[in-house]
Amino acid sequence: MIASLPYWVATLLRILGGAVAVLLPAGTIVYVYLFKMMSFMQSRLGPMDAGPYGSLQLVAEVGKWLQKEDIAPEKADKRIFRAAPLVVLVSTFLLVAVVPFGPDAYFTNFDAGLFYLLAVSSVSTLGILVAGWSSANKYSLLGGLRAAGQLIAYELPMVLAVLGVVIQAGTMNLQGIVVKQNSDSIFGWDGLGNPYILTQFVGFLIFMIAVQAELTQVPFDMPIAESELVSGYMTEYSGFRFLIFFIAEFATAGIFALIASVLFLGGWGLPFSWFGWAPNGTHEIANWMNVAGPVIMFTKMMVLSTIIMWVRFTYPRFREDQLQRFAWKVLIPVSLLNIAVTAVLKVVF
Amino acid sequence: MGLGKKIGNVPGIGLFKGLKVTLNTMSQVMKPKKMGGGAQTVQYPHEKEAPPIRARGVIALREENCTVCMLCVRSCPDWCIYIEGHKDMAPPRRAGGAPRKVNKLDRFDIDYALCMYCGICVEVCPFDALFWSPEYEYSEPRIADLLHDIDRLGEWMETVPEDPALEAGADKKGK
Repeated sequence: MIASLPYWVATLLRILGGAVAVLLPAGTIVYVYLFKMMSFMQSRLGPMDAGPYGSLQLVAEVGKWLQKEDIAPEKADKRIFRAAPLVVLVSTFLLVAVVPFGPDAYFTNFDAGLFYLLAVSSVSTLGILVAGWSSANKYSLLGGLRAAGQLIAYELPMVLAVLGVVIQAGTMNLQGIVVKQNSDSIFGWDGLGNPYILTQFVGFLIFMIAVQAELTQVPFDMPIAESELVSGYMTEYSGFRFLIFFIAEFATAGIFALIASVLFLGGWGLPFSWFGWAPNGTHEIANWMNVAGPVIMFTKMMVLSTIIMWVRFTYPRFREDQLQRFAWKVLIPVSLLNIAVTAVLKVVF
Repeated sequence: MGLGKKIGNVPGIGLFKGLKVTLNTMSQVMKPKKMGGGAQTVQYPHEKEAPPIRARGVIALREENCTVCMLCVRSCPDWCIYIEGHKDMAPPRRAGGAPRKVNKLDRFDIDYALCMYCGICVEVCPFDALFWSPEYEYSEPRIADLLHDIDRLGEWMETVPEDPALEAGADKKGK
């Protein structure tokens, strides 16, 4: 469908779609969870005055940040300091590029999609480390180093957890993983397809924990740790550069929720057996799935971000050493075991 | 031994209990007002919470009780009370008596930008001229405007609550 359009129209559509796919989850997550759910869990109402139920609070906040002065510390490495938030935001956009939203509704689709995704997700680490280092501030530097240590430590269990899915699906193409989940059957019963959350539950748990850490959400927010590091690597940022960090944080939360729903919850699809679609390839699938797909993805994203945020608003923060120990001594061995078991079962069945 | 007790001992169950606490708080807030739901907080400018009766909101002055003895000024740790007065002659108490000397209050200012609400002035006043009032809405855009004068301090007298009743057996002895 998109392929039949002229190149520039397709490109424009993709840019527009990318902006929506990044900003819509970010805005929704900030309003629904950060403003409202967090407030309710603390027995208060949150913003109520800007628009009905405070729904325009986001506009007010963005407006406030855009007016603020863009300050860089005198001793800072100014060019790098200014570029760092953009690096983080770019990594968010690169992530969304491979997420499929429907049989034809995707930005790019290639066989090493999952590999690319895991590689690109660590670009933000660079941005954060560089932001902390170039700020010429000890709190920022400590925050940046902690972030680097943590993101590397939790990248590993994430990759290993995803490997289970790859073994089961037999492909690293995200579109392929979605189709496989929706067209497969559980012991010959295909009423639900075979969402990998059922067979890869351990992998799903590890993936979600690693995502929580990767997003530096509480209980893994050691890099920000406001009671000891002011605001970690973001300490020296103000105005729209802070806003970019903020958007990137919550947009990435949304996109990781999207990725988790692609890998474990069946992505944009509904079980194909409901409609009698053939399992091989995407060409059999009805066209309306391109419209329904994004909606289904969005729903799944909301479910997963509810869990992410619920955990965030409930638990206290890990200590730095506990955080590292948990990754290296618990998550990585368990995920290695998960891979081994998955591989054996794959051969047996 | 019930099942609940057994579950209570499983390691890691506390994590789920924690999640339950936040979920319960959320559902309590989201419940309609009619069913006893709602938040612990009030939406301040629209509705106000009555402060506790002994809240230290602001210090009010009963002008006619003040004798310009300066005890409050001298005891103030922040030096935030300014008093000026003059001697005046009042008519004699009894016919044929000599006129009396009295102290008249000209100025009584409290600088609330300096005040730290310790309440020593209220404690130290021997003539019951200073009182705590729970009034709290008197902020000003300019810091200099926080110097409040005798009239303003007098207005706050109206917000001073009645003394709570004494406890049984705490009545004054004698007269």
